Amino acid sequence: MAAPAVPAPVRTARKRDMQRTREAAWFYACISPWMIGFLVFTIGPMLVSLYLSFTRWDLLSAPSWIGVRNYVKMFTDDPLFWTSLKVTGKYALWRVPAALAAALGIAMLMNQDVKGIRVWRTILYLPNVVSGVAVAVLWMWVFNKDFGVINSLLAFIGIQGPGWLSDPGWSLFSMTIMSMWTVGGMSIIFLAGLKNIPQYLYEAADIDGASSWVKFTRITLPQLSPTIFYNMIMCVIGAFQTFTEAYVMTNGGPLNSTLFYNFYLYRNAFREFKMGYASAMAWFLFVIIVVLSLLVIRSSALWVYYEGEKK
Amino acid sequence: MTAWAFRRSPRGSLLGKVVAYAVLIFVSAFVLIPFLWMISSALKPEYQIFIFPPKWLPQPIMWENFHKALTHLPFLTYFKNTMTIVVWTIIANTLSNAIVAYGFARLRGPGKDVLFILALSTMMLPGVVTMIPTFALFNKLGWVNTLKPLIVPFFFANAPTIFLLRQFFLTIPGDLEEAAKIDGANVLRIFWSIFLPLSKPALATIIIFRFLDAWNDFMGPLIYLNDQRFYTLALGINFFRGEHQIQWNLLMAASVTVMLPCLLIFFVAQKYFIEGIQLTGMKG
Repeated sequence: MAAPAVPAPVRTARKRDMQRTREAAWFYACISPWMIGFLVFTIGPMLVSLYLSFTRWDLLSAPSWIGVRNYVKMFTDDPLFWTSLKVTGKYALWRVPAALAAALGIAMLMNQDVKGIRVWRTILYLPNVVSGVAVAVLWMWVFNKDFGVINSLLAFIGIQGPGWLSDPGWSLFSMTIMSMWTVGGMSIIFLAGLKNIPQYLYEAADIDGASSWVKFTRITLPQLSPTIFYNMIMCVIGAFQTFTEAYVMTNGGPLNSTLFYNFYLYRNAFREFKMGYASAMAWFLFVIIVVLSLLVIRSSALWVYYEGEKK
Repeated sequence: MTAWAFRRSPRGSLLGKVVAYAVLIFVSAFVLIPFLWMISSALKPEYQIFIFPPKWLPQPIMWENFHKALTHLPFLTYFKNTMTIVVWTIIANTLSNAIVAYGFARLRGPGKDVLFILALSTMMLPGVVTMIPTFALFNKLGWVNTLKPLIVPFFFANAPTIFLLRQFFLTIPGDLEEAAKIDGANVLRIFWSIFLPLSKPALATIIIFRFLDAWNDFMGPLIYLNDQRFYTLALGINFFRGEHQIQWNLLMAASVTVMLPCLLIFFVAQKYFIEGIQLTGMKG
């Protein structure tokens, strides 16, 4: 309208450009809270943390540069670091496969024609809505050696239960059992995935006379693999972030048998004020998680099936 | 037919059914027994805690355990602090994530895909990597021993919530938006008067999850709050545990009380939990 001499197609093109610029401006305005947060609470702290990992810092005086000494100490001169890594790794190795298998099994059972599906679903999900200290305290009482519910039930059948949390041979295993309490949440994700598998695949398999096992391995598992993949990554990350249980239930003991990585890191940072050393530990954890995730993602090309993908 | 087939046929074999119910009952027992044990213990007089075989039905029922447990420490103060964090973070978290998710779902701009992937990749970043510098920052601002460090970050959106809301916004048909645009409504207006009202189920989901996370958070308050006047319920229970490890009945009464609101919300708003799971867990 401002320039009537310009031919119509150019005018609309210009108008479209303007609209696009305006939309982009709105786009950036809308996501600006996240962008600011990303700079201030993610990238900024990440870089500072990387810098701190090469310093000695007690939070009071200025950080002093010590090169790679924190890392050298971590790998060569701190047995507790290795203990915490072993404890966390072992826990993940027990918990992840156990949780995936149990969750999938339960989901498949629920996917049959069981009656009262809503009631089962409610019960199974229940532990997922409570967490933190109250749950940790509850399980301390459940695991209590002399008067806890598990050992009381075992005593009925004549078995003397171990000190679930007080015996270093059992404590980490007990925490794995406790983590299985929330497995129902994962089941419900699996159940949603199972409901999405087209029924005709099974019908076709039935016509071909396929056995249940063949249907499970050739239809269910491949079709469900994206969900398995998602749950696996979440579970691995969750296992490596364990903190509250160690802090509240065992204080890392007995004999450092539950010295989880994050708990040991916290102790270095906020009890001994070795901020530089703790930062080095944090970065090493970050590297571990990235490597593990990449491994899962790379391997997923081999076993995760996406709809519409050519094989 | 066995469990492997789990075809939804009208008549599964009897054996498959029996196995299914047996396993479900076993798993439910595993879930429920700790809860029942906690409630039963919370209502027992102290001497009944330590008898064998344990009594499941306390006699007499000691309702005053709750009174004793909750007045021993200033739990009302802890409750107020927790609620301050809950309410503020719900407001901040809902507004910031909704507008950001709207941008990612509905608007175009250069670099959008890269930014979105960047946002998603932060989900893998372990919290401890940013913890120390963030603590140092808030320490420098003089915010340690205030509730601010536990509230302010929520004004800046976070990846999981952005992702969930974006998934939901993508399902809203574009016609309404087009009509509003023709009527001359701007982006903010479309967001506020069309998207938000249509997104009530998704918003309810993220509000509930924020409530639970804020209510149960332990590491955050542990790091930032040293003064008892600012303690949250989670810190309160932990403190109580330190003092009363032998008085299990009182400790259980306190735990029941702290869990109760979460359980109530779950029973009242169950469908939003399922919705949240389906939005995040299904098609990534």
